[in-house]
Amino acid sequence: MAVNEKDGKLVIKAVQAAVDHYGASQDELIPILNEVNREVGYLPSEAFDEISRLLRVPRSRLFSVASFYRMLSTKPRGKHVIQFCESAPCHVVGGREVWQAIKDFLKIEEDETTSDGKWTLVTTSCLGLCSVGPVMVVDDDIYGNVDPAQVPTILEKYR
Amino acid sequence: MKAYRSMVLVSSDPASIDKGANEVYQALQTEINAFGLENEISLTMVGDVGRHDAVPLVIVYPEAVIYGPVGKENVHHLVEEHLYKGRIATNLQAPVKELSGKIAWLSTRKGTLPAEQRIVLERAGIIDPESIDDYIIHDGYQALAKAVTEMSPEDIFTTLEKSGLRGRGGAGFPTGTKWRFVCKANSSKKYVICNADESEPGTFKDRLILEGDPHSIIEAMAIAAYAVGADEGYLYIRGEYTIAQERVKQAILQAEEMGFLGENIFGTEFKFKLHVHSGAGAYICGEETALIESIEGKRGEPRARPPYPTTNGLWGKPTLVNNVETLANVPPIIRHGADWYRGFGPAGSPGTKVYTIMGNVNQTGLIEVPMGITLREVIAIYAKGMKNNKPFKLAQTGGSSGSIIPAVLQDTPMDFDSFAKAGVALGSGALLICDEDTCVIDLARVLLNFFRKESCGKCNPCRIGNQRAYEILTNISEGTGTMKDLDDLMLLSDNLYQLSNCGLGQTAGAPIRDVLNHFRAEVEAHVRLKVCPTGICPMSGKRI
Repeated sequence: MAVNEKDGKLVIKAVQAAVDHYGASQDELIPILNEVNREVGYLPSEAFDEISRLLRVPRSRLFSVASFYRMLSTKPRGKHVIQFCESAPCHVVGGREVWQAIKDFLKIEEDETTSDGKWTLVTTSCLGLCSVGPVMVVDDDIYGNVDPAQVPTILEKYR
Repeated sequence: MKAYRSMVLVSSDPASIDKGANEVYQALQTEINAFGLENEISLTMVGDVGRHDAVPLVIVYPEAVIYGPVGKENVHHLVEEHLYKGRIATNLQAPVKELSGKIAWLSTRKGTLPAEQRIVLERAGIIDPESIDDYIIHDGYQALAKAVTEMSPEDIFTTLEKSGLRGRGGAGFPTGTKWRFVCKANSSKKYVICNADESEPGTFKDRLILEGDPHSIIEAMAIAAYAVGADEGYLYIRGEYTIAQERVKQAILQAEEMGFLGENIFGTEFKFKLHVHSGAGAYICGEETALIESIEGKRGEPRARPPYPTTNGLWGKPTLVNNVETLANVPPIIRHGADWYRGFGPAGSPGTKVYTIMGNVNQTGLIEVPMGITLREVIAIYAKGMKNNKPFKLAQTGGSSGSIIPAVLQDTPMDFDSFAKAGVALGSGALLICDEDTCVIDLARVLLNFFRKESCGKCNPCRIGNQRAYEILTNISEGTGTMKDLDDLMLLSDNLYQLSNCGLGQTAGAPIRDVLNHFRAEVEAHVRLKVCPTGICPMSGKRI
């Protein structure tokens, strides 16, 4: 998943900034990956090359760590990321119907990105907002007590 | 400390945020500036204030007037009347008869019903979490001063052991004993870790403690470090909890500035450095050895135990790992003594427990009550009854890894010993209350879906067992289950329990076992009659 030259420079800059901030030490690996993921939106191959060089950690280990944690993505994501809580507390208060409504509206399944690159749909485990379930998070905005009928209205806001 | 004439707090629990607390906060800021009051009034978002009937709440100190529910359109009037003219805006006040803050809550309940008893949440929602001065005024860092200047580590262990404090992360291990183990371990370098990777579905108590009272955890960790002989500590906070991370980081800087962290604490030889480490989204990192691996920058895969972290933990050194809620109990115990703490709850598990209530009830939220109250009491009193008066069918306690408790067990006192006797687990304190419209197969399927995704994949029983159990449950929900599937499920549940490497796999089979034991008839209806009694399962005849 190569990125173009201009983006490649951005990636290297993001890695450099994260390593400067946390220090080039292996125990700071997860904070560094987190930071780069937040800046770039995901972890492209170029980011692994650069981190591997600066931290002297093999790429294989970087990939093994990055693929383990849910908040890190090795694939490009859509412009907006929808996180839907699929844990039991949200499920029993109507989460199932809301999940179906989101999938019907975007016409994609879990872990997929729409063909126009606008939306990525992922599930997440509990977000600690159970008293207002069902909960969905669009980018950084949290929506609680979601009703299936509200799904189009919520998502239209991001058009 | 900058002196303000008034302090304004805005509730920021999830229910308040949902009802527009952020907008109210912004409007308050604008209005306070517009009236030129910004140097006289402090404005803060606080966590859960303990009442959810009138959110978002705006509380004005020192008068302790509670306004709610406040919309952004009311803010101009509120600021003009109360903060500018000094008159209470009576039309916006929250209903009085219910309560005003925790004091009235206690007094209205006194003598008639078991009252909420806040120990670990004593300050959450009452102090400004971003102000160390406010914490100190409310008895903050007294316990640390007492511990390092007046008490030997031995005194601290004895006090904790006498208090009967047991770990609140789920396993219920005696805290004083654990601290003693780490103290005894022979090493010049030791670590203290606070496990704030709260990912158990339905649990959000640790988040509220960290957001509402971050200094209490810093103080407790410093006491722990002094007692076990550590000079470095980590707070491992889940990646999703960004507000908690920011508040804790800021609190650490404040504590360093005031000399509660760093070198020569309270003029003694004791020194302690504290780091914050963010998680990156992995349920398994709540398991203590996986958490340690994650701090070391690796995949969060649990280690084989023994050796335990008390002797071989972070970077191979003796390490104390405690849950947030456990630590939050320590400063009050040091301040008031073991006998005071024993005054709450039953003899075998003294103290209080924070529960998060959710599901099909009238009022969801968070309570802190003495150990040993029953589910029936929780539902009737704190949850204000079942939604639409439907019958209570089951409760799922302790997040995914807890137990499914049928209605017949709702009078079991909720404490470690009584629950163990009844064969159920207390877990993290999440109480998911379900009514008669909940299908047990559907619920078990959701739980197993969670475990199959969150299994780290290191050991086979867990990686394959959870996937297989999920497939069988899906088949049953599609109406293609067989009676042999039920035997296979029971066997899988046993195998998960006996053969898995860590707690995740060992408890993953519990929902299956509970459902088959307590709701056999409903399960067999799915298999023999191809009917889902609640009409939830699709029963469409597809088999995977």
